[in-house]
Amino acid sequence: MGQITLSKVTKRFGDVEVIPPLDLRIEDGEFVVFVGPSGCGKSTLLRLIAGLEDVSDGQISIDGKDATSVPPAKRGLAMVFQSYALYPHMTVRKNIAFPLRMAGLSAAEQEKKVMAAAEVLNLTSFLDRRPGQLSGGQRQRVAIGRAIVREPEAFLFDEPLSNLDAALRVNMRLEISELHASLKTTMIYVTHDQVEAMTMADKIVVLNAGRVEQVGSPLHLYQNPQNTFVAGFIGSPKMNLLTGPEATKHSATTIGVRPEHIATSTTEGLWKGTVGVSEHLGSDTFFRVNNTGLGETIMVRAGGEVAIRHGETIYLTPDPTKIHRFDDKGQRL
Amino acid sequence: MSTQASRSAARVMLSPAVISLLIWMIVPLVLTLWFSFQRYNLLYPDRAGFVGFYNYTTFVASPDFIQAIINTLLLVAGVLLITVIGGILLALLIDQPIWGQGYVRILVIAPFFIMPPVAALVWKNMFMNPTNGLFAEAFKALGLTPFDFLGDAPLISIIIIVAWQWLPFATLILLTALQSLSSEEIEAAEMDGAPAHKRFWFIILPHLSRAITVVILIQTIFLLGVLVEILVTTNGGPGTASTTLTFLVYKQSILNSDVGKAAAGGVVAVILANIVAVFLMRAIGKNLDA
Ligand SMILES: Nc1ncnc2c1ncn2[C@@H]1O[C@H](COP(=O)(O)OP(=O)(O)O)[C@@H](O)[C@H]1O
Ligand SMILES: [Mg+2]
Repeated sequence: MGQITLSKVTKRFGDVEVIPPLDLRIEDGEFVVFVGPSGCGKSTLLRLIAGLEDVSDGQISIDGKDATSVPPAKRGLAMVFQSYALYPHMTVRKNIAFPLRMAGLSAAEQEKKVMAAAEVLNLTSFLDRRPGQLSGGQRQRVAIGRAIVREPEAFLFDEPLSNLDAALRVNMRLEISELHASLKTTMIYVTHDQVEAMTMADKIVVLNAGRVEQVGSPLHLYQNPQNTFVAGFIGSPKMNLLTGPEATKHSATTIGVRPEHIATSTTEGLWKGTVGVSEHLGSDTFFRVNNTGLGETIMVRAGGEVAIRHGETIYLTPDPTKIHRFDDKGQRL
Repeated sequence: MSTQASRSAARVMLSPAVISLLIWMIVPLVLTLWFSFQRYNLLYPDRAGFVGFYNYTTFVASPDFIQAIINTLLLVAGVLLITVIGGILLALLIDQPIWGQGYVRILVIAPFFIMPPVAALVWKNMFMNPTNGLFAEAFKALGLTPFDFLGDAPLISIIIIVAWQWLPFATLILLTALQSLSSEEIEAAEMDGAPAHKRFWFIILPHLSRAITVVILIQTIFLLGVLVEILVTTNGGPGTASTTLTFLVYKQSILNSDVGKAAAGGVVAVILANIVAVFLMRAIGKNLDA
C-alpha cells in the first residue's frame, strides 16, 4: 500500500509562502511526476511528504493514517536525492545495507537483500567499491538500491537524473520505469524536465509557484491544457501562444497552436511569413517563421525531408480543430 | 610542468628555498648533536672536551627521566583527549542555528588569542589559587574545603590549562569539517532509520575522521614542546610531579647551565617525538589518504 493524501498542505519559510494550501491525492502504485520550473517548490513539496520539512499547515496522510507529525524514518518512504547522498566512507555493499542495519536485520538477511537488489540493478561487480570509485550512473543505481532494500510504501525521487549526461539519462529513465513496472510501488518523481514527465508518468502534477496548475495523464495534459501555463510548459517545442486580433477572431484572449498542428505550403495559407532558424533532426524538422504579422515567432514542425531554406517565404495554416482557446485569466475556454 | 626544460627550470628556481631550509634545519641539529657529546657546562668553561655518551647516560639514568617521559605522554594524551572530544561537542553545538551564533563563535575562539604565559598565570592566580581563586570560592560556597589544584594535582591542572588553550583550535578545524558535510547525507541517514546517535556514529564521525587526524597530529607537535605553562605555574613540581621532557631539558640548560647534557636531552626528545610520530602515522595516518 502506498496511498498518499495531502490536504490543505501549506509551507512557509518565515514570511514567504512557498506552497500555498495544496490538495493532492496519490493512488497506490501510481507513478506521479511533479513537474515545474526551477524554484517552484517541487523539492519542498517532496520534502514535506518525506517529513524532512515540517508542514506549516494542513495534513499529510499515508494509507489513510495521519502522518503529519510522524518522523521521516517511520513514514515508510524511501528517497533518492539529486546529489545521491551516498555515504562516501562505506562500500557500495554497506551503503545499500545501511537501512537494513539500522532496522536491526541479521547479517545474513542483510546480505541476501543486498545481493537481490544488486542483481536487479547490475551492481554485483561493484559491491566492494566506494562511491568515489563509481561513475554517475552507477552511483545513481546505488542510491536506488539503498531505497529498494527498504521495501518502502512509496519511493520519492528528487531530480535523480539531472546530474547525468543525456544518453545515460534516457537509459536510467527506462530503468526507473521498468523498476516501477516490476515493483508496482507508488513512485513520486520530481523533475523540471517535461520530457521526463511525459515519458515516465501515469499522472503529472504541474506546479507553478507552489500552486498545482493541473493534474492528469500526460496525454490529457497535452491535449487539454487547463491554462496558458500548462499549455506553454508541456510539449516540446513549446505551443505557439498568440494574443491580439488573431485570438479575437476565435473570441478568446489567447489562442494556442502546437507546432505539429500547423500545415505548411509555399503557395497559399492563412498566415504568411519568412523562414528563420531551423533544426533538422532527421525524423522531424523544427523551424521558426518570422514576420507573420502575428506579433510572435511561430514554431512549426514538419517532416524530416522538407526542403525549406532560411529566408524563403512560407504560408502556414493551423488545424482549426486543434486550436486551444484561453480567456483573459489564462484559463481554458 | 611536463617538458624537460620546464622541469629543470623548476628545480633551479626551487633550489634556493630548499637549500636555505636545509641549512636552517641541519645546522642546529648538527650543533646539538655535537654539543651532546661534549662536556660543556657554562659554570666550568675550562673543563671541556669529548665525553662520548656520558651526557646521554647520565640524562637517561637520572631519576627524573622516566617520570618526565611518563608526564610528557600523559600531558599529550590528556590534552588530546579533552580537545578532540570537547572540540567535537563544541563544533556540533555551534553548528546549530542558535541565537547570536556569530558572537558565540568569537567567544569560543577567544582563548586562542591569549598568550600562553598570560593564560597560565590567569588560571594559576584567578582560578586555581587555593585561597583567592574562583574555584576556591566556589568550593567554599558549597561548604567544601578548597582544593589546591596546582599543589595536589599539578599535572592534571596543567593539562586543563593547556587543553583550554587548544580547544579553540580543535573546535575551529572540526567545525569547518562539520560544515562541509552535505545535509542530504544526514537526511538520507535520517530516512534510512538512523536515530541521532547513530547518525553521529556512522555518518558524522567518519566524516570528521580526517579533521580529527589533522588536529591530533598538529597538536601533538606543539604539545610535546609545552614549557611556558609549566614554568609559570608549578615549575615542574612539586618534586618532579609535573616535569616533562621539555622542562627537564630546560632545567639542565638554564638552571644547571649544563649545555652538553641539555643537548643530549634535546636529542632524546627528538627521538621520542619521532617515535610518537611513527606511532601516530601508523595508527591514524591512513585517514589522511583521499
Ligand atoms: N530552507 C529554506 N529556507 C527559505 N527558503 C527556501 C528554503 N528551501 C527552499 N526555499 C525557497 O522555496 C522555493 C522553492 O524551492 P524548491 O522547492 O527547492 O524549488 P524546486 O525544487 O522546485 O526548484 C524557492 O524559492 C526557494 O528559494
Ligand atoms: Mg529542487
